[in-house]
Amino acid sequence: MKILTGNDLKTGAVTWWTGVSWSLDVNESADVGDQGVDIIAREEAARNVFAAYVIDGEKTADGVRPAHIKDRIRALGPTVRPDLTLKPSDPSALNWVI
Amino acid sequence: MYKYDQYDQQMVDTRVAEFRDQVRRRLSGELTEDQFRPLRLQNGLYLQLHAYMLRVAVPYGTLSSAQMKVLGDIADKYDRGYGHFTTRQNIQYNWIKLEDTPDILADLAAVEMHAIQTSGNCIRNISSDQYAGAAADEIVDPRPYAELLRQWSSFHPEFLVLPRKFKIAVIASETDRAAMRLHDIGIKMVKNAAGEIGAQFYVGGGMGRTPMIGPMIREFVPLDQLITYSEACLRVYNRYGRRDNKYKARIKILVHELGKDEYTRQVEEEFAHLLTLPIEPPLAELERIKTHFADPAFDTSATDDLDLSDPDFALWVKTNTHAHKQPGYVIANVSLKPVGGIPGDASADQIRLMAQLAKDYSFDELRVTHAQNIVFPHVKKADLYTLWQALDAAELSAANLDSIGDIIACPGLDYCSLANARSIPVAQKISERFGSAEKQAELGELKLKISGCINACGHHHAGHIGILGVDKKGTENYQLLLGGCEGADTSLGQITGPGFDENGIVDAVEKATGVYLANKEGDERFLDTYRRIGMAPFKEAIYG
Repeated sequence: MKILTGNDLKTGAVTWWTGVSWSLDVNESADVGDQGVDIIAREEAARNVFAAYVIDGEKTADGVRPAHIKDRIRALGPTVRPDLTLKPSDPSALNWVI
Repeated sequence: MYKYDQYDQQMVDTRVAEFRDQVRRRLSGELTEDQFRPLRLQNGLYLQLHAYMLRVAVPYGTLSSAQMKVLGDIADKYDRGYGHFTTRQNIQYNWIKLEDTPDILADLAAVEMHAIQTSGNCIRNISSDQYAGAAADEIVDPRPYAELLRQWSSFHPEFLVLPRKFKIAVIASETDRAAMRLHDIGIKMVKNAAGEIGAQFYVGGGMGRTPMIGPMIREFVPLDQLITYSEACLRVYNRYGRRDNKYKARIKILVHELGKDEYTRQVEEEFAHLLTLPIEPPLAELERIKTHFADPAFDTSATDDLDLSDPDFALWVKTNTHAHKQPGYVIANVSLKPVGGIPGDASADQIRLMAQLAKDYSFDELRVTHAQNIVFPHVKKADLYTLWQALDAAELSAANLDSIGDIIACPGLDYCSLANARSIPVAQKISERFGSAEKQAELGELKLKISGCINACGHHHAGHIGILGVDKKGTENYQLLLGGCEGADTSLGQITGPGFDENGIVDAVEKATGVYLANKEGDERFLDTYRRIGMAPFKEAIYG
């Protein structure tokens, strides 16, 4: 699947396109097919996101997983600071990232 | 230390107001990201892997207690409670919000700090010897010259859009503690046969994807020509640097392609022209700057006695302190490399504590080192135990300076959008495996440096042992280098062979240290043994 990620303009937070809006949770990512470029143009113009780009992802039984490790780390947070990730109380959160 | 005059302060305050307006226009939609990006980068605001990152300049690594306290407060107020000290003697915050940035810059300006020229193709923050003004082996304090260069290079209209970024280091001792020859311009303050102080110029050094050691192009530049000669070096680069290819745009490529002699000839020609203009600030300005760097009021009756009956303190004194020029005083290093820790990171509380300790015990002054540590430059030996106890209580007493545990590591793929592999977990595993006092004592001085990509922010080329993280078909892979050094005997590390995974690279380091221990003669350091016996025995042990 193709998924869309970018950063929130005000906070810089990593966000994922859900099909209707942006979420901090990669698992809410929608498959954008070949619509990514158009969505980026529209959403960046509306200042809902910036630095957006399309990546390869995979829908698994456990959730949506970006193909590349860099995007998996973006999806969770720094692997060396579990307390600062999006799942600070989940010790297994790192398992699918690395 | 240097205090802003009305011009310095006005420049910084004006820039804050200007950026506040630029942020407002970006948030309101008046500016697109393409329009805004160069503006935010000019103010040190990057977009990194998880958020905006703000890089704050620490000129020549020198900080007052008040400045350090504000750095801690910013970490709490605007970030997530910590900061990251960098190999350029700066500090970075990893979780900055765009809308907060003008207020952060205003807080910095209130203590004479900023983030200007910490990004972009301009002359970056000038770096220097972290022991400047305190070391027994320096011929002069290099910081007044670094400050003069800072003033010259700040907002210099001709050099704000260079072919590529430009880094200058200034030192003033034979012991190079600033990786001087691995800078675009390295300046070594020297004394000539007549006893006059001047500047020796090394140009075209650097790390990154094409590491080079800067050759000396001028043995002695008189002090009243320091800026003029610097200007000549930059002008030739600005005119002929490769703007057509980002990867060949650094001055090291120009010097290499022209050849040292031809580059020098062109610099001398430009220098002769510039001397007719004239552009050099009067020496009175240098003298004015020097007054800011006068020695603090040392206690001339301070004792050299030190009670070393506490073994932990004794070990820390042995590893983390350095001789001071003033009897009764010592230079104390705080290693930001606890076993299993993140190199260069300090919590807001730790930063504020170090600020207070500098106020109490180091004449209000601290330094940031290119090895990502903190220095108290002027500590009375009589106060050293009290200082150490306070550091120890705050988990800031790691006794590992210049040992294998004192690892330089860039943020790597955990934070950096350019990185190919994570650096920090490798540093953590190595420090955990080799971090015991016994192991470190056995291995002696061993500088290990890790970069998460070819850009070499972790100085892997200059590590006695260097590690470079690369992307190998979508997975992290680590190359091992041996024999690098950033000191007076600067050398570049050589790759041993095929790379390793995260655990394999730690095992490879162990094999390399094993070869050292098996072949070490006398007091040889790892680097000395490597230089004597060469790469072959190491390759044999690692791959054989």
